[in-house]
Amino acid sequence: MTAHPLLSVEHAQKRFGGLIAVNEVSFSVKQGELVGLIGPNGSGKTTMLNLISGLLKPSAGRISFGGEEITGLPAYQIARRGIARTFQLVRPLASLSAIENVIAGAAFGHVRIWGPDAYREAEILLGRVGLSGRGNAPSGSMTYIDQKRLELARALAGNPRLLLLDEWLAGLNPTELRIGIDLIAGLRDEGRTIVMVEHVMDAIRSLCDRCIVMSSGAKIADGSAHDVLAQPEVISAYLGSEDA
Amino acid sequence: MTQMRSQEWWTLAVAAIGLAVAAAIPLYDDGYYLSLSVNIAIYVVLCTAWTIFSGPTHYISLATAAFFGIGQYTVGLGIESYPFAVLVATAGVIAAALAIVVGMATLRLSGVYFVIFTLGLAELVRQVVTWLQTNFTNAVGLYVFTDFGEKHVLWMLLALAAVIYATGWLINRSRLGFAMRIIGNDETVARHVGINVAWSKVVLFAVSGAFIGIAGAILAPRYAYIEPPSAFNPVLSFQVVIMALLGGTSRLWGPLLGVIPFTILFDFISAHFPNHTSLLIGFAFVAIVYALPRGVIGLVDDLRRPQAGAEKARTSAEATQ
Amino acid sequence: MDILITGTVLGGTYALIALGLTLQYGVARIMNLANGENLVLACFCAFWLQAAAAINPIQALFLVVPAAFVLNWLIYAIVLTPLVRRATHRGQLEVDSILVTFGLMFILQGVMLLIFGGAYFSYNFLAEPVRILGQNYGLNRIVALGAAVAMFILLYGFLYRTRYGTALRAVAVDPAAAGLVAIDVPRMSAFAFALGGALTAAGGVLLSTYYTFNSAMGVIFTMKALIIVIMGGVGDVRGAVLAALLLALAETAVASLVDPGLTLAATYGLFILVLLFRPQGIFGRQAT
Repeated sequence: MTAHPLLSVEHAQKRFGGLIAVNEVSFSVKQGELVGLIGPNGSGKTTMLNLISGLLKPSAGRISFGGEEITGLPAYQIARRGIARTFQLVRPLASLSAIENVIAGAAFGHVRIWGPDAYREAEILLGRVGLSGRGNAPSGSMTYIDQKRLELARALAGNPRLLLLDEWLAGLNPTELRIGIDLIAGLRDEGRTIVMVEHVMDAIRSLCDRCIVMSSGAKIADGSAHDVLAQPEVISAYLGSEDA
Repeated sequence: MTQMRSQEWWTLAVAAIGLAVAAAIPLYDDGYYLSLSVNIAIYVVLCTAWTIFSGPTHYISLATAAFFGIGQYTVGLGIESYPFAVLVATAGVIAAALAIVVGMATLRLSGVYFVIFTLGLAELVRQVVTWLQTNFTNAVGLYVFTDFGEKHVLWMLLALAAVIYATGWLINRSRLGFAMRIIGNDETVARHVGINVAWSKVVLFAVSGAFIGIAGAILAPRYAYIEPPSAFNPVLSFQVVIMALLGGTSRLWGPLLGVIPFTILFDFISAHFPNHTSLLIGFAFVAIVYALPRGVIGLVDDLRRPQAGAEKARTSAEATQ
Repeated sequence: MDILITGTVLGGTYALIALGLTLQYGVARIMNLANGENLVLACFCAFWLQAAAAINPIQALFLVVPAAFVLNWLIYAIVLTPLVRRATHRGQLEVDSILVTFGLMFILQGVMLLIFGGAYFSYNFLAEPVRILGQNYGLNRIVALGAAVAMFILLYGFLYRTRYGTALRAVAVDPAAAGLVAIDVPRMSAFAFALGGALTAAGGVLLSTYYTFNSAMGVIFTMKALIIVIMGGVGDVRGAVLAALLLALAETAVASLVDPGLTLAATYGLFILVLLFRPQGIFGRQAT
């Protein structure tokens, strides 16, 4: 385990005109950690993920990955360096089949497999997320949970060094939630580094080594899930100051 | 990515037979039908090359006349000094270079900017060429004298068409073709799986432009005298767009369905009602938008699988966002 | 100095034409590629009125401009509204409107070719020279500039000082939100399209007083208008005026100092620079 963090965010800021969505946020993620990024709606969590994945350029601050600066790089270059993500509103590539979706995640990144090899690896991944045998299904007409699994498989296909999950457990019923949490736990046990934006507190408590709490664009807490969720600032950010 | 499916073997067989039949035409006719075949071949080449780019990206390029003119002028300028084959290849390279420059400037932006830019590109190149010729040489036109007859031109065009189809087919099966399908579905996802979206579009544009330039070069001998207004004729760009859209751009052979009827119709109108050609083009555009938004191919798709047709419309509509 | 004045005069006419397209694209979201034909049609109308009825161009303005307004309203209502309704989002509407207006462009051009042929036309109106700062300029050009300026002032007042004008600008910024604040978006779009067409027609009438025109020149003007609209920032009227002036000055400078055969190259050069360094235009909003 290296001493240097895998991901390092320093004083990241994102402004949209007069609105400051991410306000001088700094944190780091070590290799193999599963960090939860939590906070009430509108706190800037997804924007923070978007800054890391390259969907948005930071207005100020630095982001480094594996010791290399990635601030302001276009998304495709960040993806090629080994960061993969899922999206808050699931984005299946609707006119592609399930297996093609998975191959899409692998064909262009640093893995770059193609042809029969790609199909074989994709089949394995589909099995991993619980979609074995469904490779030829049109992804546009799959159920919501299946599309989510597909998106996860696509993100994993590139063998990312860092996986970003944007509210991946949202909208699942209790059974599906159980399956989802187990899936992510499995990924953590493999040693993958994961940052997950989440609202589902059970998942946060059971999965995350560490939690970073954001509110109104700023970071207000950073520590173990248990400690952080008991802090008065965090409780008041979610529920209002009366319940602290 | 996969093995050749049996459907593809069929298509290959049909294409080979079609090419052989077309190549045999000079053996049977020396006049009108040969000439018409050459005209059809020209547009098949141009429209298919156009579709290689505009099909997957849904960008409407009006740069065809610019690339074509470059091809004509490359041959016109060099025919005294260099072998024909070298000039044809050079034309392809120059056209590709222009495509790369234009593409890098405009393909990062929305489709509308691209259309506008290419609209004037032929005029721009024409102005520059005219200016260069009037100031540095004595005449504005160029003479191209070769031993090539109409049938040689036809065979060269057919060979070029075969190369274009083969290239298009190879691209579709390649990583680039896959990337374009992904881009067509969701550009954000494309970027996040590591696809350099702008560059992919530029490469396709360059390939398409190169083929159009080569076509222009091959056709220089047919006209014997080249001058800017006809070499860089903007109406050519519009005709190519109409024929490709009429046929449908979702398949590589879609434009064929547009080229054959439209070329015959256009030939007829220009022969009998020469002042009405603009009207024909105008009505064709209107017809495409209202009756055939995805071309004849789209209609056929709709009839075979109405659900899939609507799905395709939705995803291709999302793609133009 | 000569370049400045000639360029400014030309800029005035360009600005009128571009303003028309700004309204049509910025508010109604229609990229009207038949804009140039609209212009040429107005030129021919002014010519015909002068030749057949001895109505001078300034008077002709009062006939042609309302006629253009009605014609463009009809075009929007009959030809374009079905496209607006069926477009699922903006990108598709843009593509459809480009194709349809190409069609209109060819049809209008075809009709004009049939009626007037391909010959060049011009007529005399206030062609006496006027001395400004030691150089001669045609009075007709000066009058054209004056009329153009008068129209800008009226338009600016309308857009920025009246409720109706502000509603138009709201639709340009965000049609969905405008609908939510009880602005009748379809009606506004039709109005903007018609008004845009009327402005372009006004530009055409003024242009015909000093420019030799023919049936086929519409495309060049459409291109220039498009470039000006993009350079100025889509939907922004002030930007369009500024960009029109810049373009006209650049063209005039190149024509006088370098070579008149390279004016389009100058236009394109400017356009490329804008696309590369500031694609949202001078006054446009930066895309995040």
